[in-house]
Amino acid sequence: MEGEAGNFKVTLTKKPKYVLESKCTGCTVCVEYCPVKYPDQFNQEISENKAIHIYYSQAIPLITYIDESCLYLKEKKCRICEAVCKNNAIDFNQTEEKVEVKVGAIILSPGFEPFDPKLREDFGYGKFENVVTSMDYERLLCATGPYEGEVLRASDSKHPHKVAWIQCVGSRQVTEGGNSYCSSVCCTYSQKQVILTKDHNAEAECTIFHNDIRSFGKDFERFYERTQNLPGVEFIRSYVSIVKEDPVTKNVTVRYSTADDGVKEEEFEMVVLSVGLNPPTGFKELADKFGSELNAHGFCKTNPVNPIETTRPGIFISGAFQGPVDIPESVVTASGAGSQCGELLDYRRGKLSRERVYPPERDVSKEEPRIGVFVCHCGANIGRIVDVPSTVEYALTLPNVVYAQEQLFSCATNSAEEITEMIKEKGLNRVIVAACSPRTLEPLFRDTLREAGLNQYYFEMANIREHCSWVHPKEKEEAFQKAKDIIRMSVARACYLERLQEFDLPVNKTALVVGGGIAGMTSALSIANQGHEVHLVEKEKDLGGMARKIHYTLEGLDVQEYLGDLIQKVYQHPLVHVYTDATITEATGYMGNFVTRVKSERGGTEIKHGASVIASGADVYTPTEYLYGEDDKVMTHLELEEQIAKGDEKVTGAESLVMIQCVGCRNEDRNYCSRICCSESVKNALKLREINPQMDIYILFRDIRTYGFKEDYYREASGKDIRFIRYESDAKPEVEVAVSEDGRDVIRVTVPDYVLGKKLEIDADIIALAAAVIPSAGTREVAGQFKVTLNPDGFFKEAHAKLRPVEFAADGVYLCGIAHYPKLISETVSQAYGAAGRVLTLLSHDTVTASGSVCEVDENKCISCGACISSCTYGAIEFRETPQGNKAVVNPVLCKGDGLCNTKCLTGAIQLKHFTDEELLSEIDALAPEKEIIIKQVEAAV
Amino acid sequence: MCTGRIDLAFILRALSNGMDGVFIGGCRLGECNYITHGNYHALNKVLLCKKIMEHIGLNPERLRIEFMSSGEGNLFVEVVNDFVRNVKDLGPFGKSEGIDENALNLKLKAITKLIPYIRLVENERLRVHFDTVEEYEKFYSSEEFDRLFRELIADKLAISEIMLLLRERPLSTGEISKNLGLTPSEISRHLKSSARQGLVKYEESQWRFALA
Repeated sequence: MEGEAGNFKVTLTKKPKYVLESKCTGCTVCVEYCPVKYPDQFNQEISENKAIHIYYSQAIPLITYIDESCLYLKEKKCRICEAVCKNNAIDFNQTEEKVEVKVGAIILSPGFEPFDPKLREDFGYGKFENVVTSMDYERLLCATGPYEGEVLRASDSKHPHKVAWIQCVGSRQVTEGGNSYCSSVCCTYSQKQVILTKDHNAEAECTIFHNDIRSFGKDFERFYERTQNLPGVEFIRSYVSIVKEDPVTKNVTVRYSTADDGVKEEEFEMVVLSVGLNPPTGFKELADKFGSELNAHGFCKTNPVNPIETTRPGIFISGAFQGPVDIPESVVTASGAGSQCGELLDYRRGKLSRERVYPPERDVSKEEPRIGVFVCHCGANIGRIVDVPSTVEYALTLPNVVYAQEQLFSCATNSAEEITEMIKEKGLNRVIVAACSPRTLEPLFRDTLREAGLNQYYFEMANIREHCSWVHPKEKEEAFQKAKDIIRMSVARACYLERLQEFDLPVNKTALVVGGGIAGMTSALSIANQGHEVHLVEKEKDLGGMARKIHYTLEGLDVQEYLGDLIQKVYQHPLVHVYTDATITEATGYMGNFVTRVKSERGGTEIKHGASVIASGADVYTPTEYLYGEDDKVMTHLELEEQIAKGDEKVTGAESLVMIQCVGCRNEDRNYCSRICCSESVKNALKLREINPQMDIYILFRDIRTYGFKEDYYREASGKDIRFIRYESDAKPEVEVAVSEDGRDVIRVTVPDYVLGKKLEIDADIIALAAAVIPSAGTREVAGQFKVTLNPDGFFKEAHAKLRPVEFAADGVYLCGIAHYPKLISETVSQAYGAAGRVLTLLSHDTVTASGSVCEVDENKCISCGACISSCTYGAIEFRETPQGNKAVVNPVLCKGDGLCNTKCLTGAIQLKHFTDEELLSEIDALAPEKEIIIKQVEAAV
Repeated sequence: MCTGRIDLAFILRALSNGMDGVFIGGCRLGECNYITHGNYHALNKVLLCKKIMEHIGLNPERLRIEFMSSGEGNLFVEVVNDFVRNVKDLGPFGKSEGIDENALNLKLKAITKLIPYIRLVENERLRVHFDTVEEYEKFYSSEEFDRLFRELIADKLAISEIMLLLRERPLSTGEISKNLGLTPSEISRHLKSSARQGLVKYEESQWRFALA
């Protein structure tokens, strides 16, 4: 790689696949015939695969490649794949290629490497057959895994009934070969594995040997609780060692200790090592090549106030190269990296795109249906089970079918051209492709129709592969009959298909950001830097939000200085308009076209905007426990930080200070972890230790959740004589006003000590409570205004916890910051960029296209009952006044085509286009054995 | 399209066409592809339909709904094989239940005619939401539901059937009773209320009831 931000030149080495991407259709006949078996890399080498294979079932592109284990590549023998491939997709002449690309920005997403427990002999991995890693186990659980979703032991192919998980394998260890940091994801993935194991086998006994349980993610505490409550599941807090393998049963003995029973040994049928996350293989070379720096652990060195950028301008990162993160954070950083590339390259946006031009659409609505049926062999996938030529003949006997033919691969480029040709030549006005699932190829064939001047909704797909040949390979005759049934149903439906119009809606290029904290400001700036006007609405008199109460971070950032800079940037940006002391009085509209009314210092303003970002922040719980508000020696962790920053001697000069964690959360009222408090308390403790080395500092905790690299600070704190004392939720610390032996007015804290097995009394001068982060007061109102939902804890609910973490289910509304869930500043910044990235994918378009398959109301039939309106959670239907009274009307942009309203309507006035009653009933009728029904149907249609 | 789009009419049409069973596969509960959670509505509909089937003497096992994700091919196979086996064991539709073909057609027709009304009942009186299939099943086998069904659907259905019968020719209470398998006293209750609403009248000359 050479060059600089905005102008990089990267040379790529492309290894030969020995398969032509343009020709392979992924039919996998070659895989079946390939004689070479070798350990399947994707399935952790537990099962075997072939030399030619598709890497895994969701691979993109979904085509085969040939591995170096190939006989021909090794010994110039075989070439069977070449012989069986009906599309001539195999090419042994391919060689390594050098490809040069010119780019303006680079995103590094190399991921991580699972920790390899073979490096450490003490886990018995690689030595004892029934010790597996969590990656191995993940594959065992999977339907596409080595045993097709059955969990089997390597030693005897039996289902294990007693399984143990060992946490923190390779993580939170400063010994040789381990990682000092916490891998963040293992606690929850193990719980998921336990739940899945119980799903597989309700009788299974699962034991999890753990240190702290770190379920700090959104909704993870409930997940933890759910796992704990499963019958036959036991969580044991203990370090363990693997002792031996039984030579006969191959069971594995684990040694552990509990406070009650002391040291114990127990035998398990399988042991899963919850391995941690290492930096990606070759991280040093990667860093050298791209000139970016690494941190001490081998992950990318990042800027705490912009964890998506590397030390080299123009090079960004996403995902676990940042450090151990799970799926939502990977998706957030990916989107955020996109936004930052956008900021860098906005001046070149759209320069390389070309518009596709289709021929004008032929109006065939007055014509009788003229159906063409194309039956695909899919190489041998369909052809060797279903008699394709006879199927074609059969299709020709069906009413309104004027043309039918077979194709080797309907999806191949030349086949698509053939369909286009035949549409023109035979005057077809409906096309059926009998091949595979519409899920993958329907868009392609719809495009083929458009190329031929037909409306794309005149296309219908009959799935005779997934629904037929693949599931009935041993019943050829029945499969043939079923293929005919499926095609007959499609033909019946095709007669009713209608020309549908897709809607192009103009997009207003302006954004609204609700909330002027770090999240809102960062998001606003990123959007504005890409040329869009942003209206930033803050309810307080000043910008800054929760960050105004934070003075420093664990990593040493001066938060107030950073915040001051950020606020200045916002005010100086010509495209950002700030409204303080503001309230939203009304919010209407939909994706691309919102109208929001704001009352602020500026008076009343009506803002028209295309996208909305909700970054309305959160509050801190006001404790009612531990004498808070009754005795001024008791304060929250943020108040403690404030006093430390001010240099209040009562705090900095205290002889003894106690911090109590989990105040107001991880309980029945708030069943979630506030995520940031452990780091916050460790941070304050380290700061106090620095100021006053003599102070006795205690942290009373349930689980210390200093995830990721924060673990190093926890270790540092322990090393600096900060005492961590664990308590259980059913034996909380007790506090009382008292006078110490040396006559100080103190608060006496009593807590059981599980290590020493007795009650501990601490006389504290100051108590700091790690108070929960709670949804801000206005959350519910904002949710109502923007028609978005909240989770059970009252935080905003994203569209999908893993895959759409910064979007709402309502299109055009996005989410970031602690309004989503408690998070640290660097995480908030990532998410703010993530939301900006999603906003740009909308605002960078001039129009949005809505599907033609949406609901429509026949006003003559509508009786104004409102049943459809109350069933539509998208809010896509509303009443419109007409001379005949109120009539329901569908906004096609908001309708997502689920069709639930259709079954609520008393008169059949509302119909989902492309899936109308007529269309669906015609298919049901066509399935009936009496052929007359179809003919009757078709006559009725015409 | 969502399982929530599946209408009683579709299920009834399939059965009327002589299908021996109907299987509906939907997304896992709580994992809606949309945000509408239409699969709960589908479950509601299926349980109501099963009740109706039972009411007219059909084995409700002929209808089944199951929830699974696209990644659970093995579960799908297991469930479908089990369903097909069950339906095969049940034997041909209607015949194995011992219902006369004409009587069955009449009943299915009568329900189909009632669909808009049944939707009204669903919208107004059966709008229940639970989290699990078990809770739904508990509700649909409760006395509360039984009472609602009797009062709101069963009677209407009987009247709908009587109307269909009378459309062909005038009949006596006894003849109707024989046709529908209901007691003569029930039939005369329905006929009385229908006569009050002006739907049927008594033809003195024939000693029979006819459409008004």
